[in-house]
Amino acid sequence: MSGIGLHVPEPGARPGDEPDFSHIVVQPAGSVDCPPHDADEHELRHLAFDLIRVLDDDDHARGGWNPRLDPDVLRAGLEAMLLTRAFDDRLFRLHRQGKTSFYMKSTGEEACAVAPSLALRRDDMAFPTYRVAGWLHARGYPLERMVNQIFSNAEDPLRGRQLPILYSARDYGFYSLSGNVGSRFGHAVGWAMAAAYSGRDQIALGYIGEGTTAEGDFHEALTFASVYRAPAILCVTNNQWAISSFSGIANGTAQSFAAKAIGYGLPGLRVDGNDFLAVWSVIDWAARRARAGLGATLIEFFTYRAAGHSTSDDPTRYRPASEAAHWPLGDPVERLSGHLTAIGEWDEAREETLKAELAARVAAAVAVAEKVGTLGKSKPPLREMFLGVFKEPDWRLTEQMRELGLEEHD
Amino acid sequence: MIQALNDAMDVMMARDPRVLVFGEDVGFFGGVFRVTDGLQARHGRHRCFDTPIAEGGIVATAIGMAAYGLRPVPEIQFADYILPAYDQLVSEAARLRYRSGGEFEAAITVRSPYGGGIFGGQTHSQSPEAIFAHITGLKTVIPSNPHDAKGLLIAAVEDDDPVIFLEPKRLYNGPFDGHGDGPLKTWAGHTRAEVPSGYYTVPLGKADVVRPGGDLTILAYGTMVHVALAAVKASGCDGEVIDLRSIVPLDIDSISASVERTGRCLIVHEASRFSGFGAELAALVQERCFYSLERPVMRVCGWDTPYPHAFEWDYFPSPQRVGTAITRLLARD
Repeated sequence: MSGIGLHVPEPGARPGDEPDFSHIVVQPAGSVDCPPHDADEHELRHLAFDLIRVLDDDDHARGGWNPRLDPDVLRAGLEAMLLTRAFDDRLFRLHRQGKTSFYMKSTGEEACAVAPSLALRRDDMAFPTYRVAGWLHARGYPLERMVNQIFSNAEDPLRGRQLPILYSARDYGFYSLSGNVGSRFGHAVGWAMAAAYSGRDQIALGYIGEGTTAEGDFHEALTFASVYRAPAILCVTNNQWAISSFSGIANGTAQSFAAKAIGYGLPGLRVDGNDFLAVWSVIDWAARRARAGLGATLIEFFTYRAAGHSTSDDPTRYRPASEAAHWPLGDPVERLSGHLTAIGEWDEAREETLKAELAARVAAAVAVAEKVGTLGKSKPPLREMFLGVFKEPDWRLTEQMRELGLEEHD
Repeated sequence: MIQALNDAMDVMMARDPRVLVFGEDVGFFGGVFRVTDGLQARHGRHRCFDTPIAEGGIVATAIGMAAYGLRPVPEIQFADYILPAYDQLVSEAARLRYRSGGEFEAAITVRSPYGGGIFGGQTHSQSPEAIFAHITGLKTVIPSNPHDAKGLLIAAVEDDDPVIFLEPKRLYNGPFDGHGDGPLKTWAGHTRAEVPSGYYTVPLGKADVVRPGGDLTILAYGTMVHVALAAVKASGCDGEVIDLRSIVPLDIDSISASVERTGRCLIVHEASRFSGFGAELAALVQERCFYSLERPVMRVCGWDTPYPHAFEWDYFPSPQRVGTAITRLLARD
């Protein structure tokens, strides 16, 4: 179409249409070269337009990006992804039963959380989005603590002050979440700069959604990261949908999100986000680069949000219901499971046993948390509402506590 | 006052390797008002450096550093330019400890020159303190003299809460009593310009009764402390002038004790009146001192307009306007 007129982009398919992913070029696994991690940025620019993949259609690992992981590590990754999914399914149902106010699933994006969590060190720090719960599952965060947080009950580690799933878990390298998108991307860069200033080789990993790359926070963080050579890995999870807006509304049809790195003089890697091995590999590559003092890398996880945005969302209102099934990069859990099976390290029976065991673990954690209480049936002491605003409550908070019948040291 | 502020940062950078100073033009050049002059030379480029022109990014970076355990002291070049960082201050710095159950804190001190009286027009003269005071979790400090400036800034850097530190730029080089056509004064000889060397603090949340008196109470901060003192002197009354020094935390006890004694209260600030911090002060005084009040609480503030260039001295609360209010408050029935 040509001529004058306001252009407003539209996705390839809407409800009732056949899903259309014909615009996505899926490069064969192993076809993209893997330069050394200390290569000059200008030698890496093609990687922002390619699609780094390791697992091929026959479930084999191919090419220079193959991280050659021990099967035990692969099984740990599979278990954490399956746990994420089991937890999501159970908690989503609990929301529908009225036991909490809100929930968000990570379905389809589990590899983008689990692989970095296992690949990075315990003294590194992730600055997550709300679809990175797999990070915590991969590190053995106690499930009942997560459920207590989701129920905002008396045992909630965040003391009833925060919306469900907006966790904080410092000891697990997981920074405090917020419902405002993007506003912590720059914190990752500041944290990384502080690590460098302190002479330690820790790195920060920041997550942001493709929709949020339109925010100024994203561009300011990339500027600071590049200017001060911050040891950070900055990740755009391109799951194609920002609630109901397709990635084109965030300018994703004009160019890849990884390509934005080029303008900042940073390496940009575009990776198959549903390929556990490829995600691991690019994170490991960027981590080695950052720890060598060579600065930040921008990574685009090319993936698909298979579930709704949240419990408040109905994706069939804006995209074909069967779209997830047509996603050309498949499902991250099935692909890793298939790979383990193909190399003789896994089988269907073991997977069924594991799934049952994980479901039982989730059910047991939910039972413990339900015994404490679901939303509204149990809550932390009321004084928690006033604590933590300032280091010490000032006179007005003390007076307001008294107004509610609380003594300061109740 | 510039030297006092510079000295505060110098002292803290020497004492505590976690203290970093950064912002637009603050490094090699030493800041457009020279407040960070020499800090880079003395403490190194890694501890005092220039940043890109991105106020949101500056504060986001500071918060991330604080989450790591540092104590950043970023500068926003003018308080008029702090609004791009408002989301970071409101949605992140003010809430980080609360929402994380105490796991993370944003112990940052955001310094910024503020206020008018310098013919800076709309974009170099504003007084945005009320929009920070309204946000629970933020502290807001406004010094009125060199002695306090140094002690308050050191206290702010040591404070575990995020602090907005607003520096009345008209006071940088000398006291100013609001007479726009008067001769320029320097701090030389002023009692509060004697700044002890080395480390000392002036605690946040402790007001200073700069002129004791029995006729009425004037609540002020920053440049308006000097304007209020000039107006009291000109009126010949025995007014009590209280320099709040910080509006959060607010020294409510000193305010109440004074108004209960005088029965009359005048609030003076440069910021425009409607929903200004004076509204909160008036409400608090009314709630706490109602039966002691002989007159309605009065306010003298900037008008409810943008800061107007040509009308600098028509907008800026003058000793004359303060004096008129004093006369009305002290008038017999």
